[in-house]
Amino acid sequence: MASSFARILSSKRNVGILSLVGAGSLTVGFLLNREQHVSAGAQVRRVYPPSAEYPDLRKHNNCMASHLTPAVYAKLCDKATPNGYTLDQAIQTGVDNPGHPFIKTVGMVAGDEETYEVFADLFDPVIMERHNGYDPRKMKHPTDLDASKIRSGLFDEKYVLSSRVRTGRSIRGLSLPPACTRAERREVERVVINALGGLQGDLAGKYYSLTQMTEEEQQQLIDDHFLFDKPVSPLLTCAGMARDWPDARGIWHNNEKTFLVWVNEEDHTRVISMEKGGNMKRVFERFCRGLQEVERLIQEKGWEFMWNERLGYVLTCPSNLGTGLRAGVHITLPRLSKDPRFPKILDNLRLQKRGTGGVDTAAVGSTFDISNLDRLGQSEVQLVQTVIDGVNYLIECEKRLEKGQDIKIPAAISQFK
Amino acid sequence: MPFGNTHNNFKLNYKNEEEFPDLTKHNNHMAKVLTKEIYAKLRDKQTPTGYTLDDVIQTGVDNPGHPFIMTVGCVAGDEESYEVFKDLFDPVICDRHGGYKATDKHKTDLNFENLKGGDDLDPNYVLSSRVRTGRSIKGYALPPHNSRGERRAVEKLSVEALNSLDGEFKGKYYPLKSMTDAEQEQLIADHFLFDKPVSPLLLAAGMARDWPDARGIWHNENKTFLVWVNEEDHLRVISMQKGGNMKEVFRRFCVGLNRIEEIFKKHNHGFMWNEHLGYVLTCPSNLGTGLRGGVHVKLPKLSEHPKFEEILTRLRLQKRGTGGVDTASVGGVFDISNADRLGSSEVEQVQCVVDGVKLMVEMEKKLEKGEAIDSLIPAQK
Repeated sequence: MASSFARILSSKRNVGILSLVGAGSLTVGFLLNREQHVSAGAQVRRVYPPSAEYPDLRKHNNCMASHLTPAVYAKLCDKATPNGYTLDQAIQTGVDNPGHPFIKTVGMVAGDEETYEVFADLFDPVIMERHNGYDPRKMKHPTDLDASKIRSGLFDEKYVLSSRVRTGRSIRGLSLPPACTRAERREVERVVINALGGLQGDLAGKYYSLTQMTEEEQQQLIDDHFLFDKPVSPLLTCAGMARDWPDARGIWHNNEKTFLVWVNEEDHTRVISMEKGGNMKRVFERFCRGLQEVERLIQEKGWEFMWNERLGYVLTCPSNLGTGLRAGVHITLPRLSKDPRFPKILDNLRLQKRGTGGVDTAAVGSTFDISNLDRLGQSEVQLVQTVIDGVNYLIECEKRLEKGQDIKIPAAISQFK
Repeated sequence: MPFGNTHNNFKLNYKNEEEFPDLTKHNNHMAKVLTKEIYAKLRDKQTPTGYTLDDVIQTGVDNPGHPFIMTVGCVAGDEESYEVFKDLFDPVICDRHGGYKATDKHKTDLNFENLKGGDDLDPNYVLSSRVRTGRSIKGYALPPHNSRGERRAVEKLSVEALNSLDGEFKGKYYPLKSMTDAEQEQLIADHFLFDKPVSPLLLAAGMARDWPDARGIWHNENKTFLVWVNEEDHLRVISMQKGGNMKEVFRRFCVGLNRIEEIFKKHNHGFMWNEHLGYVLTCPSNLGTGLRGGVHVKLPKLSEHPKFEEILTRLRLQKRGTGGVDTASVGGVFDISNADRLGSSEVEQVQCVVDGVKLMVEMEKKLEKGEAIDSLIPAQK
């Protein structure tokens, strides 16, 4: 666990210990106390042997249940991260939610950055399964937020109704939503809205705290489809993410309503760039610019995002590691969507479809949400390019079908470039 | 959070004001009592099993409450919680239990022979009679905090104890996770089956963790004595039958409980009890006797009378719909039960129900004949 301290020193962005020390007593207090916890070790109350505590996973179908053998449980059950997060806490959501026979959920979460290290014996195989073979023990994740590399990216608006890119970011040094204390969550809010307050030009905007918004503001946010509500999904509530709601939760958006940040929902931050129409290139350009600005602004105050070259950006759910990026469009494909080859085409293009209400919703008419399947192992630029190329291909298919021409299933594109 | 006392130490890096919850929009007993001073005093403490103040209050922080119903907003994770966090629990208990002081003593009386009458409630009006309570097994953490290992140990011990009962109490255990479809349907038809809690009051307190592991239902062959294992408390014990013979229901309740307690004591795991709080249960509202004795009774005319609520209050009774707490009455049939739990004994509370229901049925009969009931309205008990 001394590695967590060393990691701060060796992070990709060379913030340096001096600027951290100068950033205020709280940050320093963090580092000092983190060291204390590191050397003291973390004790877990254990009255019963691991075999008596091992969960009954016989009716379960999630990634955690697939990989948590009694041996792995016995090895990890007495460990804890420096902040005191334990294995039982990490897996609670997967124990409480056996899963769906058709959808394989992840079934575990991280309470802090070190969770992924301390419980690597469980997280690594789960990550490999969820991210289609990405081996965190051997591979490195590329990060690339240079939007100028994007080719094409202006979709035919006869088909594409809107374009959107989202990701998440975690503030290094503060626990994640399943485990954070009220003070930590409030600290996340302070750090983030402080940085967002420094955005200018087309990114300038305003923060709406969930505890203090007026009825009018609330209605406007609902009308804009920006407002998020207390989680009802048991996948999230069983992981402790709705504790103390709505304390320190809020929504920030720019005046033009094209750049939006959720604070303290399922991650420290969720960052969304979007607009009506098919200009994915501009959406992604604004996305990268906004993210990089926010990062610069928090670094000025001695903070940084959780990131490492093994896992990319570190987020609460293992499914969002790497880029945490979902780039997608709302698109109408009346003919293609009825073609039996549609699922295979999407699969080969490494795209997924959802209803226009988001994950777990059904499509309305023939309008779909189409986005990238992958998150980890490819960079942001690569994934967005994949979406652009794929959506263009889908539009081509639709046009051909309109003219009575035949379409082809494209060759499967390789996953790790 | 369960088990995480290291996390509590970590929290102490932050100042009191930084961690203190925002309770400005809250209306529950915990929120009314918890000041910054109390929080400061208790925040670095923990019980021997590692339960902390933030664990105690989480359900009350997450559930601000209802403007008309005053929820408790805090739970115990183990027996010692009521001691370690008494600066919070004592005033909450006082508010909830009608002024019960930290120095008061609670009387336990499970001698059914002390109940007077109760065998002659008119079955034309009283459709069914029921007495329930809860029990916690000493030495184990409570449902908000117990580990899977502990919960399973409670189940094992409870099933052993219950399976050794004989005579009118001979019965069978149905574990939730392995009951057959046929068994499940029968239990539903009998109105015995309990389901995973959906109330956010319980979920936020962590009581549904690992569902349905180590949860189950035991009942006797006659279907008149029922025990829930590991739902909201370690054990919920229910005696019931159709009709108005509350005396018999209470007899079976007392005999069954006493037999079960003997068996647990033999295993060196008696029930959690002390002379100040009586039987110790998860929710402070159930301390004392943990007893709710009640009937389903037809009172269509009396329930329309303007003094109905007042009569109930004076008789120290409460009404609920026949679906239980938070339901509405159907067809003039009400669930009438004792309002008190702490500060009076089991016999006294069931006596209130017996005497009060008898009186209310008399009132109903008078109203049927078009007579006034003013002369029957009692003084405040």
